Amino acid sequence: MTTFIGESDLVCHEDDPRVVPLLPEEDHSGDAAVTIDSVSKVFSGRHGKVAALDNISLSVAPGEFVCLLGASGCGKSTLLNLISKLDFPTSGTVTSVGRPALMFQEAALFPWLTAGQNIALALKYAGVPKNKRRARIDELLDLVRLSGHADRRVHELSGGQRQRVSLARALGQNSDVLLMDEPFAALDAITRDVMHDELTRVWKETGNSIVFVTHNVREAVRLGQRVVLLSSRPGRVVGEWKVNIKGPRTIEHPAVGAMAAQITLRLREEIASHARS
Amino acid sequence: MPALDDSVITKAEVEREDTAAVGAGLDVLEEPDHTRDPWWRRLGSSIVPPVLALVVVLVIWEIVYLLELKPEVMLPSPAAVWTELVRLVEDGQAGETIWTSLSRGLFGFLMAIVIGAPIGLLIARFTWIRNSFGPLLTGLQSMPSVAWVPLAILWFQISPGMIYMVVLLGAVPSIANGLVAGIDQVPPLYSRVGHVLGLGWWGQARHVLLPAALPGFLAGLRQGWAFSWRSLMAAELIVTSTKLGFGLGQLMNQGRDLSDAPLLYAGLILIFVVGVGVELVLFRPLERAILDARGLSTKKR
Repeated sequence: MTTFIGESDLVCHEDDPRVVPLLPEEDHSGDAAVTIDSVSKVFSGRHGKVAALDNISLSVAPGEFVCLLGASGCGKSTLLNLISKLDFPTSGTVTSVGRPALMFQEAALFPWLTAGQNIALALKYAGVPKNKRRARIDELLDLVRLSGHADRRVHELSGGQRQRVSLARALGQNSDVLLMDEPFAALDAITRDVMHDELTRVWKETGNSIVFVTHNVREAVRLGQRVVLLSSRPGRVVGEWKVNIKGPRTIEHPAVGAMAAQITLRLREEIASHARS
Repeated sequence: MPALDDSVITKAEVEREDTAAVGAGLDVLEEPDHTRDPWWRRLGSSIVPPVLALVVVLVIWEIVYLLELKPEVMLPSPAAVWTELVRLVEDGQAGETIWTSLSRGLFGFLMAIVIGAPIGLLIARFTWIRNSFGPLLTGLQSMPSVAWVPLAILWFQISPGMIYMVVLLGAVPSIANGLVAGIDQVPPLYSRVGHVLGLGWWGQARHVLLPAALPGFLAGLRQGWAFSWRSLMAAELIVTSTKLGFGLGQLMNQGRDLSDAPLLYAGLILIFVVGVGVELVLFRPLERAILDARGLSTKKR
């Protein structure tokens, strides 16, 4: 029933910071949904210059679900800001198809609008004509299982519901790429578990590329087709795993646990290397 | 959708049968409860205490009057003032006088919003404007508006224009600064969301910053109104002329000229009533609507 992952499923690039693409035969850089090419980002702070990202290369195929994993200071959020054009790299290039949608840890819905109006704003700026918005809002709310909640105010929704409206709003941007910055970190375990199921379902139905940032190893293995481990200060790609688990992939799945254990081991090594001797 | 490798989870595999049910159960359990007190209880808790306070003040007034600490030309009895008020209301003079002042005050206040809000928006959004004009505006806010009266007379002579100049100079800085404060309190996350959604400068201002700043801006509006009203009264008290109509300030001047203490006290009470009335009719419902829509009502149960 359960298939455990063998060594052949784990591909690590521990020594070379400039990781070659994981599966060369699958790499279509030309038509990738997101291409990050030798990107570095340096912030100038009070204590001089701090390198947040160092020479990161990564490409996300159309329809692929990639999880970015790392401890604090690995520049996960910086990387998402670069992809979503909220910020620009110091060197290297970031390209993506269209304007990527971005979801935050907080639902970040506008509290003066209803759930439907929040989605409508995304639709408006995605160029959806006014007379088509109503139907599209209902469609999106159906997709996240919130039918009939269009007129709810934000404060009338639970945490999980808010994150689902936020997901619907992101999908309303009509983008092929969905970036998610620890979107479920603030939810309780049971709600998060349900959100994992829902996100996987929505991803299957929409065919979006998803770049999902998290510090939760199990969550990364539970969701992603590929898990990319970033080092901290500066952020570099230090390992990549292809998740190849058959059968229902729940957070309790033994194979998820086994793979998470392997990745955690590597993550701990990475973090320990920062200890001052 | 391109072909994905065999690690793809198929729909049948991922969808546990009970996911929808568990999700729906969580929704019910976590749905915030928003019951409000019945209207009569809310009314009771918000009206009874201030009325009691008013009664206390009246009782103290009556006692001080009966002790004859001050001659009657300085401190008339509450009853005499009440009679005077009834007379003013009955012969329509109260309504007319209040309307003359109030319409002027409200019109000046609206003009102050039209002028002050764009100024506030520009100061909040452009650092160099904030650094240059911001301190100037804050300084203007501390100017006593009566100080503008001589200049206003020099410019507009004795005319409604002179009154509006005083009112605007009093209210515009408060309103502009109120909007700046409101916008400064907007969580940066909202602007990031606006950016991600593709909103430009004007889109951010219209759909994100202005609505998000509204609760904070409301304080600026309240202060703006207070300054409008105070400036108006100052102008009316200082300048009495048939060209300016007969407002509350003029009514009180008349009381002073005639040494009519009850009339003077009645005038004060009318000014107070207008202040409370505008708060109850305009600002309280506005605040309620803004806070209720966001679930920010202060009276949480």
